[in-house]
Amino acid sequence: MTQPSSSPLLKTTLVWKLDDDVSTDVIYPGRYMATVLPSETPQYAFADLPELNKKLATGEFPRGSAFVAGKNFGCGSSREQAASTLKGYELAIVARGFARIFLQNAINLGLRTIVCPQIEASVGDALEIYEERVVNTTTGKTFPIEPLPKSRQAIIDAGGLIAYTRSRVVAENSPES
Amino acid sequence: MPMTVAEKILARASGRPAVSAGEVVEPRVDLAMSHENAALVINQFREIYAETGIEARVWDPSRIAIIFDHRVPAESAKTATNQKRIREFVALQGITKFHDIRADQGGICHQILPENGYVVPGAVVVGTDSHTTTHGAMGAFAFGIGATEMASVWALGAALNIEVPETIKVVVSGVLPEFVSPKDLILHLIGRLSAEGANYKVLEFHGDAIRNMPMSGRLVLSNMAVEAGATAGIVPADSETVRYLREVAGYKGELDLVQPDRDARYVQTVEVDASQLTYQIACPHTVDNVKTIDRVEGTKVDQIVIGSCTNGRADDLAVAASILRGRKIADGVRMLVFPASWRIYRESMKRGVIDDLINAGAIIMNPGCGCCLGVHQGALGDGETALSTTNRNFLGRMGNAKAQVYLCSPAVAAASALTGRISRPPKGVSKHDATFQFPAPENDACVEAG
Repeated sequence: MTQPSSSPLLKTTLVWKLDDDVSTDVIYPGRYMATVLPSETPQYAFADLPELNKKLATGEFPRGSAFVAGKNFGCGSSREQAASTLKGYELAIVARGFARIFLQNAINLGLRTIVCPQIEASVGDALEIYEERVVNTTTGKTFPIEPLPKSRQAIIDAGGLIAYTRSRVVAENSPES
Repeated sequence: MPMTVAEKILARASGRPAVSAGEVVEPRVDLAMSHENAALVINQFREIYAETGIEARVWDPSRIAIIFDHRVPAESAKTATNQKRIREFVALQGITKFHDIRADQGGICHQILPENGYVVPGAVVVGTDSHTTTHGAMGAFAFGIGATEMASVWALGAALNIEVPETIKVVVSGVLPEFVSPKDLILHLIGRLSAEGANYKVLEFHGDAIRNMPMSGRLVLSNMAVEAGATAGIVPADSETVRYLREVAGYKGELDLVQPDRDARYVQTVEVDASQLTYQIACPHTVDNVKTIDRVEGTKVDQIVIGSCTNGRADDLAVAASILRGRKIADGVRMLVFPASWRIYRESMKRGVIDDLINAGAIIMNPGCGCCLGVHQGALGDGETALSTTNRNFLGRMGNAKAQVYLCSPAVAAASALTGRISRPPKGVSKHDATFQFPAPENDACVEAG
């Protein structure tokens, strides 16, 4: 077991709450899928929830703000735009659970995802995120974090999948290999 | 060590004698599939090589498949430009399994792959599409990945850091009642498991109902396994798999029908008595919001959709035609039919299925994903309701967050088109010959996979 860490990795504020089973169709509607570049996708985040889309687009949420979601966040399509659109706003997504492909995409792109099955928090609450727990400093309650899949750790450590694969490609092409 | 099908395939692809759930492996990939989102894969692929001085070449152009299906023909200049860039990349890299927007080769990726013998039992298949699980019906380990992960596969030929999943054994016994279909079976299962009930797990399908099910039905089960969160949905290969590959896909290479060991370890066993099933409807706005038809019968519908990678196959269209033959769809209802491939379209034409559908008032669309993902070809108006044989009903799925989508089987969709309300198939319908199978293709376009 790792020792509980003393300083938080992130101090943030919960700015938006979402239910269980928020699909990638809700996060990034299919009609915008012809837009692919991570630099261009943020404008369409939650396009079918106009109030949320507007708050994001007008910069109402500071970078590093937290969304809290229920179970199975990001279910459905494999579209990577659903991860890149949130990464564009540098959000931290604290969810009771994530769908597999979404979580994998998020890790590959460096979107901060926190699996916190028991999380309880309201909009406006201050959260401190540690390696193994989330502390809601507004309510004083602590909730354990489930570690990300161990298979993904090397990719997180490398700073994302592009960097990780690049290092592999370079190694394969080096004269010694 | 006893192994499930998924464990056996991943062990072999990773060069290990055995693996078990939880191990991290790096399986070589037999087939890597993308559609229009190859535009993003290409971008990420080039990014990998940026400033390395190494030429960006895919690891094996014969193992990459790119099929245009999500937006065909292009609905916007942006899509057309993406498709153009993809064509250029295909030519540059010499990618062989490319299916352009053409009636002599096109269709939905999850029909084109099986139909052309691109997937064989024991293969590792990845696709930048969540419904890549479809190919588990061939006895392969097939799963969806994102675009950056695909770029990594294109570079290295392996899926990096894959955790061997646990497997849920699904045992289906008995005979489905008339007009109750594999779609009803998988909707029932998703309702029982929930949308996240199989997250990070594999569904492995067993039982006499599966053994007696034609490939077209198995493809439905594996296709929607992902709607329970499953990484893959595998039907262990058998004589039906061989028949399909030889007679329909014209595959001539050797086949290894990977089977699970008798004492393989399953995390859970789910049993279903097919004979007890009735029509199932997934209600808005989640796929696991499944109800038996009696609870939603009579709900008014505006648009009926038959098609998609789930239910756009020849027997799906034939069942619908059986119900619609000599009848008219209700006033105020529009019915859209998207055959899953041009080959299916043409065979259905020859059988008179298309005529029956048109005479009833249905519109036959060009093969492709169509309105399923809400891009084009059949948007819903505010407050409207669609009843569809597709696989997702999330808020906004068909392009309008103020509309709702119900999911059902082709038989229920056709019956409901006649009444304008969610309805059971009428009794006493004489079916199109359900045993119909495609003739073997004349060309020899299939490639060896191994």
